[in-house]
Amino acid sequence: MNNTNHGSITQKRRRPSEILLYGLIFLLAAFLAALVVFIIGYILAKGLPAISVQFLTTAENPIEETVGIFPSIVNTLYIVFFALIICVPLGVGGAIYLSEYAKNKKIVGAIQFASETLAGIPSILYGIFGFVFFCVLLNLHVSLLAGVLTLTIMVLPIMMRTTQEALRAVPKSYRDGALGLGATKWYLIRTILLPCSLKGILTGVILSVGRMVSESAALLLVAGGSAMYMPRGSVWEQLSHSGSTLSVELYRYAMSRGDNSTAFGIASVLIIIVALLNLLTRFVAWRLNKR
Amino acid sequence: MVRKHYDQELAELHVDIIQMGSLIEKAISDSVTAFENNDLALCESIMLEDKAVNDLEKVIESKCLWLIAREQPVASDLRKITTALKMITDMERIGDNAADIAELTLRIAEKNTFADSGHIPQMAAVAVTMVHDAVASYVNTDLALAQKTEQRDDEVDDYFNLIKQELVSVFRAGKEDMDNAVDFLLIAKYLERIADHAVNICEWVEFSVTGKHNNAQIF
Amino acid sequence: MTPVKMHTRALNLFYGEVHALKGVDLDMPEQCVTALIGPSGCGKSTFLKTLNRMNDTIASVRISGEVVLDGEDIYAKNVDVTTLRKKAGMVFQSPNPFPMSIYDNIAYGPRIHGEKKRIVLDEIVEQSLRDAAIWDEVKDRLKKPALGLSGGQQQRLCIARSLATKPEVLLMDEPTSALDPISTSKIEELIDELKRDYSIVIVTHNMQQAARISDYTAFFLLGEVVEHNTTGDVFSNPKDRRTEDYITGRFG
Repeated sequence: MNNTNHGSITQKRRRPSEILLYGLIFLLAAFLAALVVFIIGYILAKGLPAISVQFLTTAENPIEETVGIFPSIVNTLYIVFFALIICVPLGVGGAIYLSEYAKNKKIVGAIQFASETLAGIPSILYGIFGFVFFCVLLNLHVSLLAGVLTLTIMVLPIMMRTTQEALRAVPKSYRDGALGLGATKWYLIRTILLPCSLKGILTGVILSVGRMVSESAALLLVAGGSAMYMPRGSVWEQLSHSGSTLSVELYRYAMSRGDNSTAFGIASVLIIIVALLNLLTRFVAWRLNKR
Repeated sequence: MVRKHYDQELAELHVDIIQMGSLIEKAISDSVTAFENNDLALCESIMLEDKAVNDLEKVIESKCLWLIAREQPVASDLRKITTALKMITDMERIGDNAADIAELTLRIAEKNTFADSGHIPQMAAVAVTMVHDAVASYVNTDLALAQKTEQRDDEVDDYFNLIKQELVSVFRAGKEDMDNAVDFLLIAKYLERIADHAVNICEWVEFSVTGKHNNAQIF
Repeated sequence: MTPVKMHTRALNLFYGEVHALKGVDLDMPEQCVTALIGPSGCGKSTFLKTLNRMNDTIASVRISGEVVLDGEDIYAKNVDVTTLRKKAGMVFQSPNPFPMSIYDNIAYGPRIHGEKKRIVLDEIVEQSLRDAAIWDEVKDRLKKPALGLSGGQQQRLCIARSLATKPEVLLMDEPTSALDPISTSKIEELIDELKRDYSIVIVTHNMQQAARISDYTAFFLLGEVVEHNTTGDVFSNPKDRRTEDYITGRFG
């Protein structure tokens, strides 16, 4: 017989600190969930009544006094689409270079530090920079294209960051296995590293989309603040015109006009668009993974 | 199949032991035949062939040691290999005893005056069967055969006593050469020793099956 | 003695300031299994990696001396590392199939080396899987993910993957240390079969394994080869006291 007495294992002991902590964590989680449900519910409850076919498919008409946000929806999608087309290859390529090719550790460190700093600065600074550099210096004027380029610079650090982390998460054994079979670096990247970090890259895309869709301050400066006309002409023509995105419109309606019901309508549309874009990204990830 | 190589080596070990067994069986019956027929050439060849038995013992020893070193045998595998190591010592002694009989036959060659070898052939036949069954019981892991073979030692002992009695009466009659008669007794004694070695083998076979040697649980 | 497939002369390797291999001279005969044994950190895995230049990716590694495969120094300036690794394939400690189908795993190597024809690839995949004694277990699910296999199957798959590039030398870094005894013994049987066609160098921590499967054994200690001889001699009558102490489990 053992002389230390641990008691029977079937006697359940109470540990007050455990119970307390568990309760606290549960409360916090419940609070967060409730908050999210409340905000989304509140916005949708106030915004959905404003949404109608006309609201979604026409431009604002001051003469007939009808409200429509179709141009803004199109502008938003344009900006997101073209900014992604530029920043995904750039960000992924940059991340691959930094984590797989760059030999000089100091330069890599400096670039990383710079991109982390860029990720943290307020977006209005990008706006000022974009205005001076793209609109004035490169003579692009206040246009969607200037908006696309400004947003590209803004989300590039996010893309690079998430891609680098995803690359780093690929098990070393995969690299060893591929190199051991004679794979060249590019072959390794193409067949192992990129497919394995696809999820991480898509996370970056989702984060970037979120950042772009929600951006208003910078775009107000570089892409303009109104969307009165229905889109027309070629893609290029539209890109070279100014135009506001949904967030900018939202700001305008809420702040300059005090039209809260339209603002909530736009907010609801934004929430729905972001949700749809997320679903689309997941669907793409799922399809690519299956392949 | 798992551990194919190991099983194959164990099987080869058995083949070697069977071969060693048949060599010594042949040596025993040849030595008795040579004695009966006073066949000196046969005696020479028996003594030469004993070297083959000794060589085979070395081969089997080496195989057992490498099996232990390489395969880390446990449980019945370890008992079988240990038993092989133990029983080949007895088998080698059996070979020596057969060679001893041949050597004795050579020594008494010209004076081999026993017209009648009496019960020696029958005794030798029992001894040969015992050796054969002892080896067979190992190879087939046949506990019953091993135990039955152990019992047959009594038959050999009875033959030995019978031959001894006969020799005593021969001495009393004073008909024969004393020296010769002692050699005759020695041959019987060698056969009796052979049977004892066969019993030893059977005891190790019992161990390989049960882990008990002379009723003591040792592994 | 069988002809030598690979050998090293005065091979020194430094990790930064650490002198990890100290003047290693070792012959690895053709169609034989050479086992490298020694305590952790003795340099045996490092040595194995120098044999197909897997240390190249580590920036701080410096190497001097010769590593010769079929009469050619593999560290010469004009060596094509991809071709070298095709000739000397590697199997790693823990099974590392890629997150793709069984078929694509096996076809990975041949595809690197430019094989595109489906019929040729099909044949290579089947033959490699057969040679690695795993064909019967996977032939009905070649399109399924390789990560769904058991550990032992994964390791045989990795061996098959190495065989698919038709190497001449197979370098194995503790290929069974992460496996259960049954899988281990299957891989040992396999190595015994493979040595008919390949020269094999294997790092192992399992003394019995070295004694069972190898023809030659080299004992490494602190970056040096203390003893190199036929496996029979090393395990019955080691010349060096340190070898005996190691193989009998008295240190290391």
